[in-house]
Amino acid sequence: MRRLIVGPFNRVEGDLEVTLDIADGAVRAAYVNSPLYRGFEQILQGKAPLDALVFVPRICGICSVAQSSAAAQALAAAMGLAPAANGRIAANLVLACENLADHVTHFYLFFMPDFARSAYADRPWHARAMARFQAVTGSAAAGMLPARAGFLQLMGLLAGKWPHTLALQPGGSARAVQAAEKIRLLALLREFRAWLEKHLFGDTLENVAALDSRAALEAWMAVRPAPSGGISDFRLFLEIAHDIGLEQLGRAGDAFLSYGNFPQADGGRLFPAGVWAGSLAPFDEVLITEDTTRSWLAGEHVSPHPSQGSTLPLPDKQDAYTWCKAPRLDGRVVETGALARQLVAGQPLLQALVAQHGGNVLSRVVARMVEVARLLPEMERWLHQLTPGEPFCVQGELPEEGAGHGLVEAARGSLGHWLQIRRGRIHNYQIIAPTTWNFSPRDAAGTPGALEQALVGATVGEGEDTPVTVQHIVRSFDPCMVCTVH
Amino acid sequence: MNLLWLQSGGCGGCTMSLLCADTRDLFGSLADAGIHLLWHPALSEATGAEALAVLQSCADGATPLDILCIEGALLRGPNGTGRFHRVSGSGLPMIDWVRRLAERARHVVAVGSCAAWGGVTSAGSNPTDACGLQYDGSAPGGLLGSGWHAAAGLPVINIAGCPTHPGWIVDTLASLASEGAESFTAKDMDALGRPRLYADQLVHTGCTRNEFYEFKASAEKSSDLGCLMENMGCKGTQAHADCNTRLWNGGGSCLRGGYACINCTEPGFEEPGHPFAQTPKLAGIPIGLPTDMPKAWFVALAALSKSATPRRVRENATADHLVVTPAIRKPGLK
Repeated sequence: MRRLIVGPFNRVEGDLEVTLDIADGAVRAAYVNSPLYRGFEQILQGKAPLDALVFVPRICGICSVAQSSAAAQALAAAMGLAPAANGRIAANLVLACENLADHVTHFYLFFMPDFARSAYADRPWHARAMARFQAVTGSAAAGMLPARAGFLQLMGLLAGKWPHTLALQPGGSARAVQAAEKIRLLALLREFRAWLEKHLFGDTLENVAALDSRAALEAWMAVRPAPSGGISDFRLFLEIAHDIGLEQLGRAGDAFLSYGNFPQADGGRLFPAGVWAGSLAPFDEVLITEDTTRSWLAGEHVSPHPSQGSTLPLPDKQDAYTWCKAPRLDGRVVETGALARQLVAGQPLLQALVAQHGGNVLSRVVARMVEVARLLPEMERWLHQLTPGEPFCVQGELPEEGAGHGLVEAARGSLGHWLQIRRGRIHNYQIIAPTTWNFSPRDAAGTPGALEQALVGATVGEGEDTPVTVQHIVRSFDPCMVCTVH
Repeated sequence: MNLLWLQSGGCGGCTMSLLCADTRDLFGSLADAGIHLLWHPALSEATGAEALAVLQSCADGATPLDILCIEGALLRGPNGTGRFHRVSGSGLPMIDWVRRLAERARHVVAVGSCAAWGGVTSAGSNPTDACGLQYDGSAPGGLLGSGWHAAAGLPVINIAGCPTHPGWIVDTLASLASEGAESFTAKDMDALGRPRLYADQLVHTGCTRNEFYEFKASAEKSSDLGCLMENMGCKGTQAHADCNTRLWNGGGSCLRGGYACINCTEPGFEEPGHPFAQTPKLAGIPIGLPTDMPKAWFVALAALSKSATPRRVRENATADHLVVTPAIRKPGLK
């Protein structure tokens, strides 16, 4: 048995260290450490409640809008406020823009560059992966970044800037869209759609979103010739995934959680809330608990619901190994992210892939790509629903005493804020970020978190000190460590 | 020029903002400016032991380090140990790495208000004892100390902002990599070490709400079109940055996004002493008057302009869309 400490783990948002126990060429146990603590929950105590809208986006530069959205929803709940219809739609557009941009950033900048590594020099696709995806110098990033920046101009118009907007408010959006601006917004979406269809997919978004089985996916890949005849970066990923068996890599516990995302006029959500473990079960917020047995945080021996939780550092705590808590749903470890959302939303391709091999590196990436293809057409529809002249923001009164929670989906999974107001100030503010779920440490019962489970069995070569399989598995979750250790 | 970028106690948002740069090819234009990226935590291939080797080589002086960019606050806690942020794989606190690398660097750049002053990470009770590279809030000092200079002679260059505008980063780095007239010197920094290429401006300049400002036609609630200074907490008339002439994400700014400037380039902005979205007032007059404006003049002008506000400006100020459009004048001499 040898022990390997892998870090700094880059191309994840923030800091991560993974300790691996390795025997017979494979990982036997993994311990995931988030080595940064910032203390936002302590910072927020005593603040004016609406000031949360300034602080929480700054938890994370990549899930900034998702944080704003969760806070706005928690405040709205405390105020008993329903956002204006226009405001709800504008907030959905802003959050969808962030989620989409994040998926594309993850694919091109964080995930794919690992296939340009020299460890793969003998594979038939390596030269193409190098040319396209090598970090910093690959041709894909040079094209993707301007396309992404162009798409994020939507934020300039709808939210002032990205990251760290204050446009999302409990009552809707502070930025009313004028009639003339709808045309420009539609043009921005059209431009990004064209880029995605030409470079990422080599096909229409609708065709990708309609893939409904493994056979359909394989047929789709088969009709796209490999090196020439236009580009499909997704197809190149599928070729690589097939060749090196990414479907056999990184399976966790196969229980998936989605809070649901994008509130609709009827009170439902475009992607509904639920729990998927081979079949769909309802999600019940009261069943969430947070365990700190192995965290450098106070509160062992109790696993409170986050509305009763606290976050107080204990840096010298024995047997602890991370700043991350261990959230559990009804005592269970769950995985969260695009795959969870699409499973709960009933996307048949993902359900088929997971039925066969569970959640793994391949299915997590495919889920993001399918979500990209599903979400952009929704944004086009929402934009048409905006009604300039009608209110974008309704006003309300903050209670002196009150509570509320906000549950949203960031690109990388379920994000929850729990707020308590006493004497007009924030009394307690607890946050569970997506990667807190995915990169949770062991709990009181010794049960490892989702990534810790997913890493077990990964092959590690003799003398390999930064195992490439481990890289793929970790990045397949699209982790956001700065959120995790807010 | 070799550039090493590290992320300390922050959100990574300044890097995310940088990736929104309004250029056809960000990495290409940095390379063309002569900047070689040794390592960046979000962008580089090297990871784990490979990345630590890059850091070690710079710290040893084996690899020349021309520009050290630090994003995020420096976490000194708990009890001065720096253990709230250890660099993965090394076991060492980030503040130790930063101290060692800064000694080797020709230039040290604080990217964002966290790295410059402590920023949002140092807000509230400052649970992690966060500070900036050369400031602790508005007090000189910070991690490296007030008299500290990098090898090329400049103190820390504070590209403050929360987040930074991509143009501030790209232009400062390009200037650092330039020789001759465009090269970056002490004269290019303001008294707080901020690059004057953006910090000599006020956010107020170019604000689309300026007509409302002129007539003190003020917004009263979120989404109103009027000036945000009187009621909504806006500090655009005091804040040093060119946000309304160098726009964000194609055409945005905080004010254009419907919300107040919170003066995020200033030390201590995270603790304004009042709710961010409420203007503190004394006898009905905002405490924070426009920079360089004597109070008596402001009060006199405000009273006069309020009494002269056209109906169009007054009514639009408290609506979320134009309810009165400008009159069309008769063509000809005016």
